Order: sequence, then C-alpha cells, then structure tokens
Amino acid sequence: MAETVDVPGDSGTGSPRPLFAGLSDISISQDIPVEGEITIPMRSQIREFDSSTLNESVQNTIVRDLKAVGKKFMHVLYPRKSNTLLRDWDLWGPLILCVTLALMLQRGSVDSEKDGGPQFAEVFVIVWFGAITITLNSKLLGGNISFFQSLCVLGYCILPLTVAMLVCRLVLFAEPGPINFTVRLFVVIIMFVWSIVASTAFLADSQPPNRKALAVYPVFLFYFVISWMILTFTPQTQG
Amino acid sequence: MATVDDLQFEEFGDATTSLVATPDATTIRIEDPDETPKHPPAPPRSSRREEDDELLGNDDSDKTELLAGQKKSSPFWTFEYYQTFFDVDTYQVFDRIKGSLLPIPGKNFVRLYIRSNPDLYGPFWICATLVFAIAISGNLSNFLIHLGEKTYHYVPEFRKVSIAATIIYSYAWLVPLALWGFLMWRNSKVMNIVSYSFLEIVCVYGYSLFIYIPTAILWIIPQKAVRWILVTVALGISGSVLAMTFWPAVREDNRRIALATIVTIVLLHMLLSVGCLVLPLQMHEEC
Repeated sequence: MAETVDVPGDSGTGSPRPLFAGLSDISISQDIPVEGEITIPMRSQIREFDSSTLNESVQNTIVRDLKAVGKKFMHVLYPRKSNTLLRDWDLWGPLILCVTLALMLQRGSVDSEKDGGPQFAEVFVIVWFGAITITLNSKLLGGNISFFQSLCVLGYCILPLTVAMLVCRLVLFAEPGPINFTVRLFVVIIMFVWSIVASTAFLADSQPPNRKALAVYPVFLFYFVISWMILTFTPQTQG
Repeated sequence: MATVDDLQFEEFGDATTSLVATPDATTIRIEDPDETPKHPPAPPRSSRREEDDELLGNDDSDKTELLAGQKKSSPFWTFEYYQTFFDVDTYQVFDRIKGSLLPIPGKNFVRLYIRSNPDLYGPFWICATLVFAIAISGNLSNFLIHLGEKTYHYVPEFRKVSIAATIIYSYAWLVPLALWGFLMWRNSKVMNIVSYSFLEIVCVYGYSLFIYIPTAILWIIPQKAVRWILVTVALGISGSVLAMTFWPAVREDNRRIALATIVTIVLLHMLLSVGCLVLPLQMHEEC
C-alpha cells in the first residue's frame, strides 16, 4: 500500500494518457509530507523474525523446530500432493527417525556370534547411504529436485516403518508363533505400502515423465530392505 | 571453400574413398549443410564400424553413430558428464532386460539394444537387487529348512549382504575391465571388425545378471533337483547372451584364442553362480 504522490502537472490535460505515463515526471518536493509508517503486516513480522531468532531462548527454538517436524510428520501420515516437505526441508526428522529405528533394530549383545542382526551402525549406514544413492540416481536421471529436499522426503517417509517397528516390538512380547508372525507381516506390509505411496506422492512430480518408473524403483527397493530388517527382527531371548 | 588439397588428406575407408577423391566441392564435414546433398546417405565413419554394421544387419545405426559422436562433450568433473550415462527411458531399460532374457542367435545384444547408448542405471540397480535377493533368499531358505524346530533361533545374517555385495559388484566391474583390456590388446595385433567400449561391456555384463534375480528368489524351494535345474537354466541363458555378444569381437582372431576367450567368459560366469548361490546354502546345511 504505497502512498501515491499527486503530480500537479498531470491533471490539466484532457487527452487520455497511457497508464503510468507521467511517473517519470514525479519528483517528491519538500512540501509534501511523506513521512510516517508504511504498514505492511507481513514485512514487519519477517523483520522481527530475522533479527530475533538469535536472541530467543533455546526453548523457543526447540519448540519451533519440533513443531515443524511434527507438521511434516502429519503430512507424511496423510500424504497429499503438497509442497511442504519440499519447500521447508529439514533433516531433523530423518535423523530422529533413523536413530530410533537403528536403536530398536540393533542386536542386544555384541559378543554373541550366532546373532546376525544388524548393528546400530549398519542400519544407520544403510538408511543414509541408501537415501543418498537414491537421490543421486534421481538427479542423474534428470530430476529437478535438490539434493537435500530429496533426502528430507526419503527420511520422513520412514515414519510409517518406524511405527511398524514399534508395533512389532510390542507384538513380540506376546507368545511367539504363526499368529504372531502373521500379525507382524500384515503390519509391516501395510506400512511399507504407506511409505512408498507417501514418498511417491512427493517425489514423482520432479522426474521427467518417461522415467518415473526408473526413479521410483530404487525407492521401492530401499523401503523393501528396511521392511525386511524390521520383519526379521527377533529379540534376545537368552540372558 | 574446400580446395582439392584439403580433400585428399583423409581416407575414410573403402566405401567412401571414391567420393572423397572427386575434386568437386564435397567436403567431409557433416556439419556443413551446403555440401551434404552431394553425399550418399551414409555419413563418413571409420570403415570398421561400417562393415560391422553391414555384417550384423543393423540398418538404422547412422543416426545413433552421429549422435553418439556428439554426446559426451562435458569434462569429467562436471555432473553433466555422468548424466550422459543415465540417459535412458523406462521402455529402453525394459527392452534391454527383455533382450538379456531371450538370447536370439545372430542378434547381438550390444548392437540391437545398446546402440552406442550404454547406461549405468541397469548394471548398478540390477546388481543391487541381486545382492539383496541373494541375501534374502538365503535367509528364507535357511528359515524354511529349520521350520518346525523349536530350538532353532532365527537370525538374519547381515554379514552375508556385505559379502554378496563385494562379490557381485567386483564381478560386474572387474571382469569387464579385464575383458576390455584383453580385447584392446588383441585388437592391436589383429584387426578386429567389432570392438566394444568399456561401458558397453559393463552394460552387457550388468544386464546379463538379471536372470539371476528370479533364480535367487526361486532358490527358496528346498528341493535339490529344482535348484540345480534353475542354476543350469540361468547359466545357459546369461552365458549364451555373453557368448553371442563377444563372439563377433574375437571371431577374426586365431581360432584357439577366440574359443579360449569365450570359454573363459562362460567359466567365470559359472564360478559366480556357483559361488553365490550354491556355496552359502551348502555351508548352511552342514552346520
């Protein structure tokens, strides 16, 4: 809402002049008061925002970041075609999810030879290097998504599988048997499909149309491997 | 305007020497649009590739030869250089996979499907899928063997993934390197008609490994006879794809060397299938 300045020389002529034709003649003379605040609400908020994130308390920062992460979790759980994950990407969410998953998946004791489950580092490496490889692959195929945006989407879409891991751990407290296994299989399959649908909803648009399948297949493989690790997880029974 | 002296400095092979020798204004440069109406439709290439195409019956490789020459122009430290190796569409990848599954005698996989557009997408992701397929099917078959034993504690053997990955990726990259070096060395001694670039060899090896993916999945069936039949079929198909691809490249050579090369290729392939599929399961059954 900028203030308009009256141009005295403009009003005299009766002939129609093109729009903004007289703007080049404007000179702000000193008798016309142009002081005062130009109030544009968005602008003042942004200015406050920029200058005060350094000074705000740590609690404010953490709460704000957690809210952003939580909002993105909601977007993953109810995948619609939206740009939120892509626009304000962050890697906090993927880090939290990856650490949670790796902590839950690691084998209990290190010295037992027979236990071939993955260590924390193995899960971590698989998740992050898998995500990096898929991102490189989609960029090499000609996608126009940036590196960190893609990492962000892939990391956030592990959320359904982390939920599946939690459910599996709870189910494993019950008595082992085929019903136990069937329940776990069912849960893992549903969450696997959910992950793929969520990540495809965000990633598919960034690929050229005749290569979409080529870019989606590695995502499928990635989540399949993670689902396999979740499904075959067995807790330590002997002490 | 090109002078007569300019025209006589390069010989482009038998088919085009007669044209080049004419003192009229026909230049050799393809980019010059004023002169090309005097040319026949075949653009000048090295004689090797032209005869090779006639022999293998591939007619429309003119355009791809032209395009291939203009493709890889970025320096190797830019991202665009590596993007040229992923310049394939979905249907092209499917076609190449289909070609590796159905080896037709007389049709060369490289000439028919790759056509100077080798990609790294296929080899890389087929190898990755194969690694995980082997690991998962090894786990599953182990589980099924011991199904019903109350004392058996199922463990997902994670170390097998790393071992399988090392073996398969080194096979898919080192053997093509050795083969390419060997073919280059023989090319310097014997003028071969057909020569493949390193990436094309990697491509052939990568796509020929595709048949092992369903083999690894079907390996879960615990019957020994079924497994041996599966291995034989897979080895037969992928071995024949490789043999038919490389036979034109060594055909001109000494008979014994040509045969030895083909036999070595098939033997290495057999080693891979035995090493990856059979051995881990034999070891499991013993312990």
